[in-house]
Amino acid sequence: MTGKGIGIQGLKKRYGRGDTAVDALKGVDMDVAPGEVVGLIGPSGSGKSTLLKCLGAVIEPTAGTMRLGAEIIYDDGWKVKDIRALRRDRIGFVFQAPYLIPFLDVTDNVALPSMLAGTANAEARRRALELLEALDVAHRARAMPSQLSGGEQQRVAIARGLVNRPPVILADEPTAPLDSERALAVIRILNEMAGKFETAVIVVTHDEKIIPTFKRIYHIRDGVTYEEQGQGRGFE
Amino acid sequence: MINLAARDILHAWGKFVFTGIGLGLLIGVTLIMAGVYRGMVDDAKVLLDNSGADLWVVQKDTLGPYAESSSIYDDAWRGIRAMPGVAQAVNVTYLTMQVRRGEEDVRCMVSGIAVGGPGTPGWPPWLVAGRHLTRGHYEAVADIATGCRIGDRLRIRRNHYTVVGLTRRMVSSNGDPMVFIPLKDAQEAQFLKDNDAIRQQRRRTAENPIYDRPGIPNLVDEVIAAQSFNPFVNAVLVQIDPNSHPEEVADKIRRWKRLTVYTRAQMENILVGKLIATSARQIGMFLVILAVVSAAIVAFIIYTLTLGKIREIAVLKLIGTRNTTIAAMILQQAVTLGLIGFVVGRIAATFGAPYFPKHVLLVPRDSFAGLLAVILICILSSIVAIRAALKVDPAEAVGG
Ligand SMILES: Nc1ncnc2c1ncn2[C@@H]1O[C@H](COP(=O)(O)OP(=O)(O)OP(=O)(O)O)[C@@H](O)[C@H]1O
Ligand SMILES: [Mg+2]
Repeated sequence: MTGKGIGIQGLKKRYGRGDTAVDALKGVDMDVAPGEVVGLIGPSGSGKSTLLKCLGAVIEPTAGTMRLGAEIIYDDGWKVKDIRALRRDRIGFVFQAPYLIPFLDVTDNVALPSMLAGTANAEARRRALELLEALDVAHRARAMPSQLSGGEQQRVAIARGLVNRPPVILADEPTAPLDSERALAVIRILNEMAGKFETAVIVVTHDEKIIPTFKRIYHIRDGVTYEEQGQGRGFE
Repeated sequence: MINLAARDILHAWGKFVFTGIGLGLLIGVTLIMAGVYRGMVDDAKVLLDNSGADLWVVQKDTLGPYAESSSIYDDAWRGIRAMPGVAQAVNVTYLTMQVRRGEEDVRCMVSGIAVGGPGTPGWPPWLVAGRHLTRGHYEAVADIATGCRIGDRLRIRRNHYTVVGLTRRMVSSNGDPMVFIPLKDAQEAQFLKDNDAIRQQRRRTAENPIYDRPGIPNLVDEVIAAQSFNPFVNAVLVQIDPNSHPEEVADKIRRWKRLTVYTRAQMENILVGKLIATSARQIGMFLVILAVVSAAIVAFIIYTLTLGKIREIAVLKLIGTRNTTIAAMILQQAVTLGLIGFVVGRIAATFGAPYFPKHVLLVPRDSFAGLLAVILICILSSIVAIRAALKVDPAEAVGG
């Protein structure tokens, strides 16, 4: 599974220093293939969010290696010059709350990362509409975020995460505010998108309803991961 | 790329408009304060222009007649008139006082003007109604700002005057409207004491043994007569021949008459540089205070608006927005707020100025300077908010 997807080896993250230092990650190994959706579960404080932040280049790990596609992005230090561009172009984020920009309409919310990457407005909007269509919210394309339902907002957020066709999507409890039906819908969409765009997806969750959908699950406890075969029920 | 600042402003336009209006009223007051200063300078210039004089001859070593009191003998003009280069030399008096009109007092500058006609220095150059002074006594030409109408009766000291003509923009350097009366009347008004004071002075004089000399029986009466007559005026206004140089003529008068002479430029310097200097400093203080308050308001509003967007800013950073883009967004919002404020303020000042008791002169240059100051203040006061925004960690968007 080299060349595409994500690979993590011996990743460590220590917060703070001295007496108050916290070892949040103590050696994490993880591999996600393109098009695969894996679950990441573990008790509170086990280091799930920390792992996503490291992989998403939001915080800097302390040691280890991270591979994104064919490129080693971290090897005991960043190997990429422009971390901001890395985040913008190659990582898609989906959070527990949709965190849409309230003063932009749905289309521009989705198109924004693409515009930031330098795509012309019209082209970025065209890509956004395409994704909105795939996610079944195209009819709300001109609405403001505050006019959408929670499920619709979350789908718009997923579209935003996908607009630059990143090889990786990191989702931190994306279904937490949703009822089970909507939660399953979001996971189905993530699976569809992963298949369609060859995206590696990591979903952090506590949600009992969606755990059975993963084919592969990583458990994390005290900063160490254990791999497990999931039920992988899928959606049929 | 879309303009994030514009989108945010359109989305939250109510906040911007209402804050802008509040800020605008403050800016309006600021512009009016500047206008009051310009009005004072203008009043001073108008006073000098309307006097029709090229030179002011005043008591030696005084800054008279407007900034300090000055008195010179009322026959000094004859000698000045005879000097080469002098076309006209005319006595004038100025006395700022409360003039009684009907039931109320009006603060005026009463000016005594010598016999002559329009064009004579000291005379109002033109009237808006009525006629000029024709009789030697008890007629007045008043500025329209006194509220007088033709035929009104004014009381100056103990005498009554009939208003026969009206002027416009004839004001003292304090902005008080002027009232013109015949010179003789004005000299008397300056000197005139109340009955008790006169009686007392006569008694003192009569009791003074110096005047009680044998062989000069009328001495006391002569002295008393001399005491109740005012041989002084405040200044002599001089018009020079068109082809002589004011500074040269002034120099000759200084040398030969031992009097102080000011040219138009020197007089303007005295009025603007000395007489209204304190007021100007005071207005300057107010301008500084208003600028600080405006800055505080803009800073506070922009800071609050930014704090309200911390999460959005974290998301923007997470998805790869440059720090400069975020700073530009905040800066543009601050400047927009300032521009709204400026437009509102400029309009408020234009409509508000006529209601101010002082002459308010809104100069385009001041408005332009105000605009630059507003923009500068907005830029400076957005710094706090920009710093707060740049400190936001994109990790905040990811949450726990
Ligand atoms: N910024 C930080 N500074 C210091 N310690 C931190 C910081 N962020 C997280 N930690 C610590 O690191 C450990 C892992 O935190 P993390 O947020 O990754 O947990 P989590 O698995 O996401 O938990 P939850 O399920 O509650 O979200 C915890 O002990 C936490 O207290
Ligand atoms: Mg977490």
